Amino acid sequence: MDREVHSQAYTKSRLGRWALIAVPYAWLLLFFLAPFVIVFKISLSEVVVSIPPYQPVIDWANGLAGVLDTARQWSFDNYIWLTQDAIYFKAYLSSLQIALIATAITLVVGYPIAYGMARAPKAWQPTLLMLIILPFWTSFLIRVYAWIGILKNEGLLNQVLMSLGLISDPLIILNTNAAVYIGIVYSYLPFMVLPLYSSLEKMDGSLIEAAEDLGCPPMKAFWQVTIPLSVPGIIAGCFLVFIPAVGEFVIPDILGGSETLMIGKTLWVEFFRNRDWPVASAVAVVLLLILVIPIVLFQRQQEKQREAA
Amino acid sequence: MKNILAMAASAVVMTTTMVHAQERTVYVYNWSDYIDEQILEDFTEETGINVVYDVFDSNELLETKLLTGGSGYDVVVPTASFMARQIDAGVFAKLDKSKLPNAQYLWDVVLDRTERYDPGNAYSINYMWGTTGFGMNKAKIAQVMDEAPLNSWDLLFKPENLEKVSKCGVYVLNAPAEMFPAALNYLGYEADSKDPEQLEEAGALLEKMRPHVRKFHSSEYINALANGDICLAVGWSGDILQARDRAAEADNGVTVDYVVPKEGSMMWFDQMAIPADAPHMDEAHAFLNYIMKPEVMAKASNYIYYANGVEASKEFLLDEVKNDPAIYPDQETIENLYTTTAYPPKVQRLVTRLWTQVTTGQ
Repeated sequence: MDREVHSQAYTKSRLGRWALIAVPYAWLLLFFLAPFVIVFKISLSEVVVSIPPYQPVIDWANGLAGVLDTARQWSFDNYIWLTQDAIYFKAYLSSLQIALIATAITLVVGYPIAYGMARAPKAWQPTLLMLIILPFWTSFLIRVYAWIGILKNEGLLNQVLMSLGLISDPLIILNTNAAVYIGIVYSYLPFMVLPLYSSLEKMDGSLIEAAEDLGCPPMKAFWQVTIPLSVPGIIAGCFLVFIPAVGEFVIPDILGGSETLMIGKTLWVEFFRNRDWPVASAVAVVLLLILVIPIVLFQRQQEKQREAA
Repeated sequence: MKNILAMAASAVVMTTTMVHAQERTVYVYNWSDYIDEQILEDFTEETGINVVYDVFDSNELLETKLLTGGSGYDVVVPTASFMARQIDAGVFAKLDKSKLPNAQYLWDVVLDRTERYDPGNAYSINYMWGTTGFGMNKAKIAQVMDEAPLNSWDLLFKPENLEKVSKCGVYVLNAPAEMFPAALNYLGYEADSKDPEQLEEAGALLEKMRPHVRKFHSSEYINALANGDICLAVGWSGDILQARDRAAEADNGVTVDYVVPKEGSMMWFDQMAIPADAPHMDEAHAFLNYIMKPEVMAKASNYIYYANGVEASKEFLLDEVKNDPAIYPDQETIENLYTTTAYPPKVQRLVTRLWTQVTTGQ
C-alpha cells in the first residue's frame, strides 16, 4: 500500500518533470529548428524569376510524393559557390575578428562597472541596475544614429577635443572600423555587465577578507579569488556579446565605412541586391555552424572539467 | 423594362457601395518623403476611401516584399528598371485602363521611355522621374581645388581631381545600377551595356574612387550635404534639391547645387503599379486615377521637387519648379540622358561582385 502511493507520486513527478522540460524544447523546435529547416531548404534550391524567387518549391498538394519530388532537385551547389569566391571566407573571418575584439573591449569596460555595482552599498544597487537597463527604453536604432552626431568630423567629440586644444585636425572616426567597435561596445555593454554583476554580487565578501588576512595583497586577491569566481559571468557575458556581434548588420551599416567587411552586410547584398535567396540562405547556415559548433564543443569541455573536479 | 433594369442595377451598385462605404481602404507603399500628405487627405475626402500610407527607402526592400508575395499593399512605387523584372516574375496586375480615364494626361516623352520597361505601359503609370547627378557645395570645393570641372564626370573619375575634392568630403550612391552605367558612359560605351569585359573595365574605373570616397550610401548624403559635412555627392536629383532647401531653411551658410554632368547621366522613372495579389483592386485604380489629375500631380511636384509624368500638370506648377533646369532639364540635357534596363541574374551577380570590389577593395 505504502509502496503504491510512493510509485504513484513518483510517476506524477516524472510526468511533471517531462512537461517542464517539454516547454523549452517546444520553444526551440518552433522558433529555432523550424526556421532553420526552412532556411536550409532554401539554401538547396536555385534562383528563378518568380514568386518566391527560387525553385523547387515543395508541392504540398501531392503529399509525401511532392516532397520527395522536390528533394530530388535539391543540390549543394550554393555551398560549393561559397568556397569559390574568397569574399565569403574573408567576410566570415573579418566578422569573427571584429566580434572578438569588440567582446574583449566590452569585457574590459564592463568588468569594472559590474564590480563597482556589486561592491556598492546594497541600497544603491537597484538604482545602478536600473541605470544599466535605462538605455533600452529608447530605440536601438536611434541610439546608434546618435553616435553619428558624436563621431562625425564636425561632431561633438571633435569639437570638444579641438576646443580643449588636444587636437588641431578633426579625428576621422565615423565610417571606419573604430566607429563599429564603439557602436558594438556601447550597444552590447548591458549584456556584458548584467551577467558579470549577478555573478560578482553572489560572491562571498569574506573570501577576500580571508585572503587579505592571510597576507595576500589586494591586487593578487582580485586575480586569484574574484576573477576565478566570476568566470561563469565572464563566459555568459562574452557569449551574449560575441554571438550577436558576429552577425551584426545595423551597426556596420550605419557607423562603418566602405572597407568594413562583415558577414551581415554580405548576407544583405546576396539577399537584397542579387535577389539570390538560396546563396543568402547558405551564407546564413554556414554562419550558424561557425557559431554553434565551437560553442557546443566548448560546453562539452566545460562539463568534462566540472565532472573531473 | 429598361428603367426597371437600370433601377435594379443602380440599387445593386448602391448596396455594394454602401457595404463598402463603411470600410473602403487602399494600402499605399511609397518612397519616404515622396508625397504631399495633403493629397492623401484630399483623396479620402473626394472618394471616401481611406489611405493607409507606408514608406520604404530602397528598391531592394520593396522588391523583396513583392517577391515574397502577400505584401498586402494595393499600390507600390518601384523604379522602372527594377519593375521590369518584377513584371517578368508576375508580381503585378495588368491595369484596367477603363478605370483610369486620367491616363490621357500622361506625357508622351515619358511614356515612350517607360515603354522600354513596361511594354505598352500595361502595368504601370509614371509618378515621378528624375536624373542622377552631382550635389555640390561649390564654395567648399573652391577652397580645396582651383578650376574644378564641376559639370563633368572628370571631377569624379579622374583620381587627381577626386583626391583634391576628397579633402572636403565625398559621398557616392551605394547603387551599382546607377554607378556602372555612369562609368560605362564615361568610358564611351553604351550605358546599358551588359558586356562582362566592359563592365570589368567600368569596375576598374570605379575602384579608383574608393580611397577618396568617405562613404558609399544612398540616403545619408541628403543630411550630409545640407549640414555642410561633405562638398560632393553623387545622388538623385530630388534628394539633392531637398538638401538644397534644408540648407537654405537652416540658414547655416551652406549652399547646395545640383548639376547634371555634361557627358550625360541617368534618367530614371518611379512607376506606380498594383500587385497582382492586391486586396483592393478598385480602390487602387481609384488612387492611380486620382494621382494622374494634373492639379494633383502638380501639387506633388511642387512639394517634393521632382518632375512628374503628367504634361498637363505644368500649368499648375510653381515657377520655381517648372523653370528649374535641375527639375525639368532643357531639351539639350534631356537628349544627353540615358536609360538602362535590368541586369539578367548572371550579369547582376557579376555587377554586384564588382561593386563589392569597388566599395571594399575585396
